[in-house]
Amino acid sequence: MAYQNIFTQVQLRGELEPGVPLGPHNDERFGPFGTSWLMGKLGGAQIGPVYLGKLGVASLLCGFIAIEIMGLNMAASVNWDPIQFVRQLFWLSLEPPPAKYGFTFNVPLAEGGWWIAAGGFLTAAILLWWARTYVRAKELGMGTHVAWAFASAIWLYLVLGFIRPMMMGSWAEAVPFGIFPHLDWTAAFSIRYGNLFYNPFHALSIAFLYGSTLLFAMHGATILAVGRYGGEREIEQITDRGTASERAALFWRWTMGWNATMESIHRWAWWFAVLTTLTGGIGILLTGTVVDNWYLWAVQHGFALEYPATGVVDPATLPGAPQ
Amino acid sequence: MNRLNKLVAIALPALLLAGCELGRKEQEQVGPRGTALVLIADPDSKAKVGEIPAPPYELTAEMVAGEKAGTAYENVQVLGDTSVDEFNYLMQAMTTWIAPDGSNIKDAGCTYCHNPENMASDEKYTKVVARKMLLMTRNINANWRPHFANNYGETAGQENAGVTCWTCHRGNPVPVNNWSTAVPDPGNITGNKRGGNTPAASVAYASLNYDPFTDYLAGKDNIRVGGKAFPTAASSAAIQTTEKTYGLMMHMSQGLGVNCTFCHNSNNFAKWDDSRSQRVNAWYGIRMVRDINNNYISALGDVWPANGKGLYGNRRGPHGDPYKVNCATCHQGVNKPLGGVKMLKDYPTLKGNYAAPAPVVATAPAAAPAPASAETAAAPAKPAA
Repeated sequence: MAYQNIFTQVQLRGELEPGVPLGPHNDERFGPFGTSWLMGKLGGAQIGPVYLGKLGVASLLCGFIAIEIMGLNMAASVNWDPIQFVRQLFWLSLEPPPAKYGFTFNVPLAEGGWWIAAGGFLTAAILLWWARTYVRAKELGMGTHVAWAFASAIWLYLVLGFIRPMMMGSWAEAVPFGIFPHLDWTAAFSIRYGNLFYNPFHALSIAFLYGSTLLFAMHGATILAVGRYGGEREIEQITDRGTASERAALFWRWTMGWNATMESIHRWAWWFAVLTTLTGGIGILLTGTVVDNWYLWAVQHGFALEYPATGVVDPATLPGAPQ
Repeated sequence: MNRLNKLVAIALPALLLAGCELGRKEQEQVGPRGTALVLIADPDSKAKVGEIPAPPYELTAEMVAGEKAGTAYENVQVLGDTSVDEFNYLMQAMTTWIAPDGSNIKDAGCTYCHNPENMASDEKYTKVVARKMLLMTRNINANWRPHFANNYGETAGQENAGVTCWTCHRGNPVPVNNWSTAVPDPGNITGNKRGGNTPAASVAYASLNYDPFTDYLAGKDNIRVGGKAFPTAASSAAIQTTEKTYGLMMHMSQGLGVNCTFCHNSNNFAKWDDSRSQRVNAWYGIRMVRDINNNYISALGDVWPANGKGLYGNRRGPHGDPYKVNCATCHQGVNKPLGGVKMLKDYPTLKGNYAAPAPVVATAPAAAPAPASAETAAAPAKPAA
């Protein structure tokens, strides 16, 4: 009954697996380093080998600089007080340049220039990491599905921090670096642009996001449930179904009349995940550039629900109203 | 393994519930379902409605009609037309309201404002302030009735709760809830919080701008940041400006002990047609507070002593401007200050029956129905387009 558990029950021990040999144009890899019982609870027990390579080193360096700029700016904002830095960390922020600077790189460091610098290094780090996932997959003779899924997330990131601010002509539209500040930005963004829930791409993104979690739960549960029949050998079962596959499929046909296959369920999951950020990015990009108020847009397109008016009149429109 | 599972089974829900307020909640549906128009309150964390001190003694009609204070006393500039009896009655009440006898306030009692040797003297600045505050109180009661009207079954013309000194002061020389302009950010990054990003009580511990008051409650910046046009960007408010208005709203929400949907319909915060009538009160309230701050408190100018030089301690903030009023100054966590008790009726001279026409009383949307329940809210009233 080992599969009926929330933690991984099987841990392999033996000779460490160094991985396939690589061509001469590749860098050295480090490790493997050994096994970890704790990590084995979550995944494979073997740690390493790690392939860092030039892309990895460059990406980590850029990422380190970006985080350093953010952290030092935040530390400066509390007068370099380490205790306050920890206490207020969730509130602290590195903010983009104010609206008066528009979209230009000629911004004083203390007035948002650091934000541009941090964003630039973070973007470089992310793009280098993307290239790394692409090149490593190729070197292993894999498909590049991971890289393209990652690219979808990068698309949303770039829309939020660069593409949309560029189209709006203002860095001030971008998201601050900070825990609560970026959440407050999200709420303010929705208020400013007339309630993002009326943005159909936002709605699609939510549907795919929640759909992803549903699919993830359904798939994970199904495979665990047929674990006693070898259900985890999903890829072989695409062509050679076996009893685990048959039972899993039958379960879903019984309960909802139809079933995904061992192949299609993974395509479902991949597309739902990819479409979450792809549609989300489109929704953000259209906000302010094409649609200034999503509620009014929804009224015009007839899908904003009409509620009985309360009879309240904007007092500013009344004659003699104070200003 | 079993022990670990048990530990997780106990610890995880405990962690997930750590942010919850346990216990029964009160809820009231105040608009159509699906719009979040429900007021949810935790009875345990509700602000207490303040108590009201009894009037000094019963004020009879003969007392009100008696000799005027202006002829009996010297240097009575505001209450000259008030009878001597009512004048003394009010002075006694004001003492209880602002610097009560027996408190540990310096010079508590009459001497907080008066020189006991010469009651007519203006030598104490507090007396000059008190005179201005009397004018302010009368102005609020006479000219800002739309702020008190409509949503409690009252109309602008009727007697409403109004305010007295007690509404804000509650036995303190300076009302407990006040604000002053924040010190500007430095030009470099050291100690620069960009006006926010701090767990500040003024905005309910959000990371929003901690001083939304200077621009909106003293200045006349427009709070209407929402997009106005379809399809293209017609309004130019930046996200940062939006966050500042959001900070003000957080203050109002906390100051009144209510949620966003006490006034707004969640489908579109900007739209008036679907808002609750309380939003109209808030709209007038914002302008009333601007009037108070600019024309009464800041207008006193150098009457406010410089910090460190005052008779009774500091009356100015770190930026040098006097302590001013926001929503919490009166409301103190309660949407109807003092539970809406009509305290003013016991102090007729504070009503300020100005002959001057009130700026808005005649045109206030007095006809707006009070949607006390979902049923009445469904009444089809045609709003202005």
